Amino acid sequence: MPDLPIILAGVINGLLAGGIYVLVAVGLTLIYGVLHIINFAHGSLLMLAMYAVFFLFKPPVGIDPYLALPIVTGGAFIFGYLVYRWLIGRFNHGRDENILLITLGLSIVIDNAALMFFTGDIQTIDVPYAGRMVELGAAFLPVPKIISFFAALLLCGALGLYMARSDTGKAIRALAKERQGARLVGIDVDKLFAVSYGIGIACLGAAACLLMPTFYVSPTSGHAFVLIAFTTVVLGGMGSFAGAAVGGFIIGITESLGGLLLGEQLGQIGISLIFILILLLRPSGLFGGKG
Amino acid sequence: MLEVRGLSKAFGGLKAVDDATLDVRQGEIVALIGPNGAGKTTLFAAIAGFHTPDAGRVTLEGHDITGLAPHRICAAGMVRTFQITQPFAKIDVRENVMVGAWLRTGERAEAMRRAEAVARQVGMGDQLDQLGADLTVAGRKRLELARALATGPKLLLLDEVMAGLNPTEIAEIVDVIRAIRDSGVTILLIEHVMQAVTSLAEQVYVLNQGRMISHGTPAEIAADPAVVEAYLGHGAAARLARGAAHA
Amino acid sequence: MSRGTLALCAAGLLAAILYPLVVRGLAGAGVGVSANYLINVGMLVFFVAFIGQSWNIAGGFAGQTSFGHVVFFGTGAYCSTILHVTHGWNPWLAWPVATAAGALVGWAIGALAFRAGLKGSYFALITLAFAEVFRILANSVEFTRGGLGMLIKADQRPENFQFRDPMWIYYLALALCVVSLAIAWQLTRGRFGARLVAIRENEDAARALGIDVYTEKVKVLALSGAMCAAGGTFYAQKYLYIDPSIAFGVDKSVEMLLVSMVGGAGTVFGPLVGSLVLTAINEGTRSLASVVPALKNVQPLSLIVYGAMLILIVARLPDGLMGLFGRRKSGKRHDA
Ligand SMILES: Nc1ncnc2c1ncn2[C@@H]1O[C@H](COP(=O)(O)OP(=O)(O)OP(=O)(O)O)[C@@H](O)[C@H]1O
Ligand SMILES: [Mg+2]
Repeated sequence: MPDLPIILAGVINGLLAGGIYVLVAVGLTLIYGVLHIINFAHGSLLMLAMYAVFFLFKPPVGIDPYLALPIVTGGAFIFGYLVYRWLIGRFNHGRDENILLITLGLSIVIDNAALMFFTGDIQTIDVPYAGRMVELGAAFLPVPKIISFFAALLLCGALGLYMARSDTGKAIRALAKERQGARLVGIDVDKLFAVSYGIGIACLGAAACLLMPTFYVSPTSGHAFVLIAFTTVVLGGMGSFAGAAVGGFIIGITESLGGLLLGEQLGQIGISLIFILILLLRPSGLFGGKG
Repeated sequence: MLEVRGLSKAFGGLKAVDDATLDVRQGEIVALIGPNGAGKTTLFAAIAGFHTPDAGRVTLEGHDITGLAPHRICAAGMVRTFQITQPFAKIDVRENVMVGAWLRTGERAEAMRRAEAVARQVGMGDQLDQLGADLTVAGRKRLELARALATGPKLLLLDEVMAGLNPTEIAEIVDVIRAIRDSGVTILLIEHVMQAVTSLAEQVYVLNQGRMISHGTPAEIAADPAVVEAYLGHGAAARLARGAAHA
Repeated sequence: MSRGTLALCAAGLLAAILYPLVVRGLAGAGVGVSANYLINVGMLVFFVAFIGQSWNIAGGFAGQTSFGHVVFFGTGAYCSTILHVTHGWNPWLAWPVATAAGALVGWAIGALAFRAGLKGSYFALITLAFAEVFRILANSVEFTRGGLGMLIKADQRPENFQFRDPMWIYYLALALCVVSLAIAWQLTRGRFGARLVAIRENEDAARALGIDVYTEKVKVLALSGAMCAAGGTFYAQKYLYIDPSIAFGVDKSVEMLLVSMVGGAGTVFGPLVGSLVLTAINEGTRSLASVVPALKNVQPLSLIVYGAMLILIVARLPDGLMGLFGRRKSGKRHDA
């Protein structure tokens, strides 16, 4: 058993990682809450966004990942919007596992296209500030992680505000509650669905920019995030923003402490176990009413 | 044969069924009527094991079946149909009905024979190869009936098998139901079509806002002011009576 | 089965039996193909059809879409390999034990998931999570040798479940495939299968008609798990090596799902048809990549095509390629 300061450092590291998970999960939960789609392509789309950051950083473009944030986020929004319009929205009828299968098909296509065009090699970017650290107790915290943490929270807050205050946000929330009603009062439902999906994917674009300074990308990068994102979302209750936020931190800490206490390999088991237990015992999430 | 005693079922604050009591004797056709939202379907579901009642007791042929799982109740000889028809969409009528027939036999040939006989009995003999998804409303209603009948029940609970049918179809299904009873199956049915109730049922129960407000023969029910009020609103019985006196 | 279908099946079986002899004959006559390569490809077709059928029985017939079927595959592979390598069992003897272990895992996962009322996407995701748990465990514990994987000592004797001549492993795969087809065909005929289809189509109606939905679902997952685990042992004995990401990796789960969905979920021959098509596309792109150097990265193309086909099929062809052979699902004849 490691001593307290090390555990504390683990908790802090977990919290920092959790910030990104929150951002990824907020996108997923938004898509679920509004569209009732379990977006299995979430991880693959994140991977794609991470490649976008990578290629923007490389010459000839050479844009710093943080500066690329508006570009990648906007691009991700447009990409998501189109994917919904051309693909998911057309088949958005019938059994929910059909949509799951379609997004699985989408992720297979994306993963293998990435493998074909970008090869299976692991890619990283070397930003000059990658190695900079801040000392906090026993923890040495990489500056990019601190930045990504606060940026992720800021973005989530902004999104929450947008959903609460703006007309589009209000319309989307109305849509999530009452589809038929929304259609009746003349809201362009299909467009709003596409916008919601686009926003969900835009979150991934932002997450990719914040991740890349300290992370790597390969065609299988998405896999690692799929289960994390789903676990975060079910933990907080499908469709709940605040739940996703708390869930993200719990997952981050679980992962970090799992690694610390159980070792690199076995440590990963915590997330899957949480996922299973929540689904079996409290499908409405930790904070939801009884399922 | 079936005894329901003091059965209650609430959804949140809404008491969908409130202290309902009902008896069905062997060989009878009993009707359960009541305005929309009275709780009839909920009562059926609670009897057939789809909802666990909050209070009350259900006995079938003297055995307590309260809260048993639906498949147990079906095996014990009581089967329900659905008001909102639930056909197995991607298989044909024959296979739909066979699902019911498999309850009493493990032999394919026997299940098929039985299913086809039942399908003919309800007038679906020439639709055996149609997919469940392709049936008309009338076809779906008959399919509900056929599937339930194929399980070889002693007691059939029919939930509005005539809703949405035209008068000819209703006349047909009334005959079918009578024939089913004559073959020895007891029937409890929910119905809004009053002619059908009058011509079929020996006993009628009236449910309103979850409570059993009246029961008796169809003639007695028709003369009960409480029933008329339940259907037509407060004071209706008195207005009708006054109207009759003026005429 | 109608006479025409029966004749077609017999002809197909005969062709499959003669296939190794024919390709050997051709190679002997100087046609420029490697007979063993072609026999191996044939073996793959039947093997993938077999594990695909195990998915299909739960996912296609009973409608319990799983994203983590590999959990059974890996259970079988590890169970027999541990018994064989660590405890010195004969692999033929270990095979039924591994199959039973698959059934047990299927039963346990089914009991947990269905007791909790998980359906549709949630069931799919929880199977994925179970597979992940098994993968991580296999990676971490001692008796599976962790990430190093397990090597089976080459000792090519039939009594040791290893064959010098690839023809025999081909025939074994063919036999497995035939058995799985027979099981699926029986499902289209018998009570159990009828109940599964009823559950897939409408659980409430199934329940009302006397079907114990929970028990039947657990049963089918156990059956499916048993078959898939048998496939795991077969795989281990063929390739003589397994590790956590082979035995419990997402790729195999997806492969099983893909061949069934593309061929036709819930049909008897769907997985076989899907496997034929997948293997053809696979080998096609592989040889393309090896012949044209500029296309050496083109291999993932087969999966891209397959992912696209999955989307297309879910959206437009719910009965898969089998749906092209007439509207009705295969095996639904009514002569008793
Ligand atoms: N699952 C449920 N959850 C919540 N409320 C329900 C549920 N099922 C029924 N109710 C409510 O219970 C009341 C009784 O409904 P029920 O369907 O039993 O009426 P009914 O007499 O069958 O009406 P109808 O003639 O329209 O079929 C209604 O107010 C309905 O909205
Ligand atoms: Mg009703």
